[in-house]
Amino acid sequence: MKLNGARILLECLKREGVDTIFGYPGGTVINLYDELFSFKEIKHILPRHEQAGVHAADGYARATGKVGVAIATSGPGATNTITAIATAYMDSIPMVIITGQVPTALIGNDAFQEADIIGITRPCTKHNFLVKDVKDLALIMKKAFYIARTGRPGPVLVDLPKDVQIAQTEFAYPESVEIRGYKPTVEGHPKQIEKAVDVMLQTKKAVIYVGGGVILGNAADELTKLAHQLGIPVTMTLNGLGSFPEDDDLSLGMLGMHGHYCANMAVSNCDLLIAVAARFDDRVTGKIAAFAPHAKIIHIDVDPTSIKKNVRVDLPIVGDVREVLIRMLKTVDKHKAEVETLKQNLAPWIEQINEWKSKHPVTYKQTGSTIKPQYVIQRLRALSAPDAILATDVGQHQMWVAQFFQFTRPRTLLSSGGLGTMGFGLPAAMGAQAAFPERQVLAVCGDGGFQMNMQELATLVQNRLNVKIVILNNNFLGMVRQWQELFFDKRYSSTCMELPIDFIKLAEAFGAVGLQASKVDEVDAVIKKAFEIEGPVLMEFKVAREEKVLPMVPAGASLTEMVLT
Amino acid sequence: MRHTIAVLVENEFGVLSRVVGLFSGRGFNIDSLTVAPTNDESLSRITLVTRGDEQIIEQITKQLNKLIDVIKVIDFEPENAIEREMVLVKVSAEDESRAEVLRIADIFRAKVIDVTPKSYTLEATGAPAKVAAMVELLRPLGLKELVSTGPVVIGRGARGWKG
Ligand SMILES: Cc1ncc(C[n+]2csc(CCOP(=O)(O)OP(=O)(O)O)c2C)c(N)n1
Ligand SMILES: [Mg+2]
Repeated sequence: MKLNGARILLECLKREGVDTIFGYPGGTVINLYDELFSFKEIKHILPRHEQAGVHAADGYARATGKVGVAIATSGPGATNTITAIATAYMDSIPMVIITGQVPTALIGNDAFQEADIIGITRPCTKHNFLVKDVKDLALIMKKAFYIARTGRPGPVLVDLPKDVQIAQTEFAYPESVEIRGYKPTVEGHPKQIEKAVDVMLQTKKAVIYVGGGVILGNAADELTKLAHQLGIPVTMTLNGLGSFPEDDDLSLGMLGMHGHYCANMAVSNCDLLIAVAARFDDRVTGKIAAFAPHAKIIHIDVDPTSIKKNVRVDLPIVGDVREVLIRMLKTVDKHKAEVETLKQNLAPWIEQINEWKSKHPVTYKQTGSTIKPQYVIQRLRALSAPDAILATDVGQHQMWVAQFFQFTRPRTLLSSGGLGTMGFGLPAAMGAQAAFPERQVLAVCGDGGFQMNMQELATLVQNRLNVKIVILNNNFLGMVRQWQELFFDKRYSSTCMELPIDFIKLAEAFGAVGLQASKVDEVDAVIKKAFEIEGPVLMEFKVAREEKVLPMVPAGASLTEMVLT
Repeated sequence: MRHTIAVLVENEFGVLSRVVGLFSGRGFNIDSLTVAPTNDESLSRITLVTRGDEQIIEQITKQLNKLIDVIKVIDFEPENAIEREMVLVKVSAEDESRAEVLRIADIFRAKVIDVTPKSYTLEATGAPAKVAAMVELLRPLGLKELVSTGPVVIGRGARGWKG
């Protein structure tokens, strides 16, 4: 039987196991939406802005590990997705974005609502496709999903002209796919792995440095095992949080610009740095020349371009992180006696690290009745479920979440690490809640970033997505204000929001519940009440306005040059 | 260091802009670039000349390899490869310089492909260094216009894409 392109697209999604998509209709996807109208196997959620739709698909992907799917119409719909696509690209999130395009005969004519989305997204997608013939559609979709989820994952865009959605052809979904130019390395080189284990067994001062790839590669368990077996402490990047339980004695928490003192000291003094699916971002390394200056570096990554990109590496291992760690664990198992010696050799190092830990833990002082933002994060952790998912926006609140929430499970922190996109938090939480209706999902936002996608309150209410929104309201673009305080003589150029917004009324206008706390003794009551309410709730916490995120490594300084107070 | 890199790609629309975009997006340099289909019509072969230290060249080849449409990348070592380019040069040729232009053309086995009372146009092929040497000799005689294909490269014997 012949099907039209629109229907073929939906059949492909179904065969890829897609159950939820986020999309916004328009002229060049109207045929697709017409097919969707009667296609009951896929749930479609209508966001209030295409950027939010793609962030929601991203949040869905981060929380589930599946490929997130979003749809937008051509022209403005497609260009509205760019920030969200770039966000996913920087954090290697598997996604397929489908955009409508003007009919093939009109492409290149500056037709109504035409944009060269293939050209525009080339540098911010893992790959993209323009479908010129309906006969190619099924294979392209198969390739799109395969590329999005394998190797180093990433967003793939499929641009689908209107006439291709209408044209008909026989539908058969390919069983498998071969792309001659795309063969990600899965198994790490066995010799390299053995060498790496040898080096690990010799160390006296090692640190494991974990990036978001461990979570994306579903390798958190293997990583945790390896750290425990060897007794080597673990520090994580922002997007690595959750891969190793922060309440574990071996956890050093996050490293980098706003990382823990102990983590930055450990990296700066170690003799062996084991980088696992991390990419040495400048927010992590500080001044490159002074990064892990005494260490041999082992680097495990699925993406060869990540290796030696900005830091010298002594022992590279290219491969799927989970496969590599499994093999490492097996190799370690063969060296029981050496592992015992290793643990003894590491003892003084662990002692040193514990000293750093107790000398300068991340801290704040809750004095008086004004709420300290860090306090809210600690209370959220205490009062939320252990498997709660927390999406952040970008700014000071994001760093306080990273410092104080104590993540213990993978895929519970959703945060825009690479691009640092304000406006990410609320829609990402929305996507996670759509995937897990029964779980607690929090969106922790600043007052600034929340306003970048607050229209999504409507989507939450309409779809009964019970996200609990937390706004840490300092009435400032706090993170920028902090830089202005420290490096620009407190010249608060355009960072004070001036206008106080009535967030409670705002929530109510959308049909959600709004709660507010302005004194420290109101915090618990607001959180508890929010968790009791069925449905989306916005909690506004009026917090100390000029609180700083500390410690801080000034941009360009080395990790040991932390400003502590 | 100058490197001549051959990139074998899918012969499809948009592929060249992916390759070029990679260079511009990362601030890598392209000195020259040529592209055409190969004996296998589903493939195109790009030859590009770039420069950079060892680390930059390693990143360039890795990034090229990462592109889905790129099938193979060969960073040729000069001793294992043969490089050729073609130039068309228009030179002033009046009075006494007319004979000199022809002498130089003869030495470099260049062909005269256009003649006017005031100019000669020469076609020369050869290793980039040889072609450059000819151009330098012609320059003082009044070099009006120079067009170059940029080098193409092929591996010696068993080296390269298909030995
Ligand atoms: C889309 C976007 N625009 C600008 C920035 C730069 N920026 C980073 S943090 C920040 C301030 C965020 O303010 P707010 O959302 O109130 O959070 P706070 O830092 O106060 O917790 C800004 C403007 C950004 N990261 N993203
Ligand atoms: Mg703020």
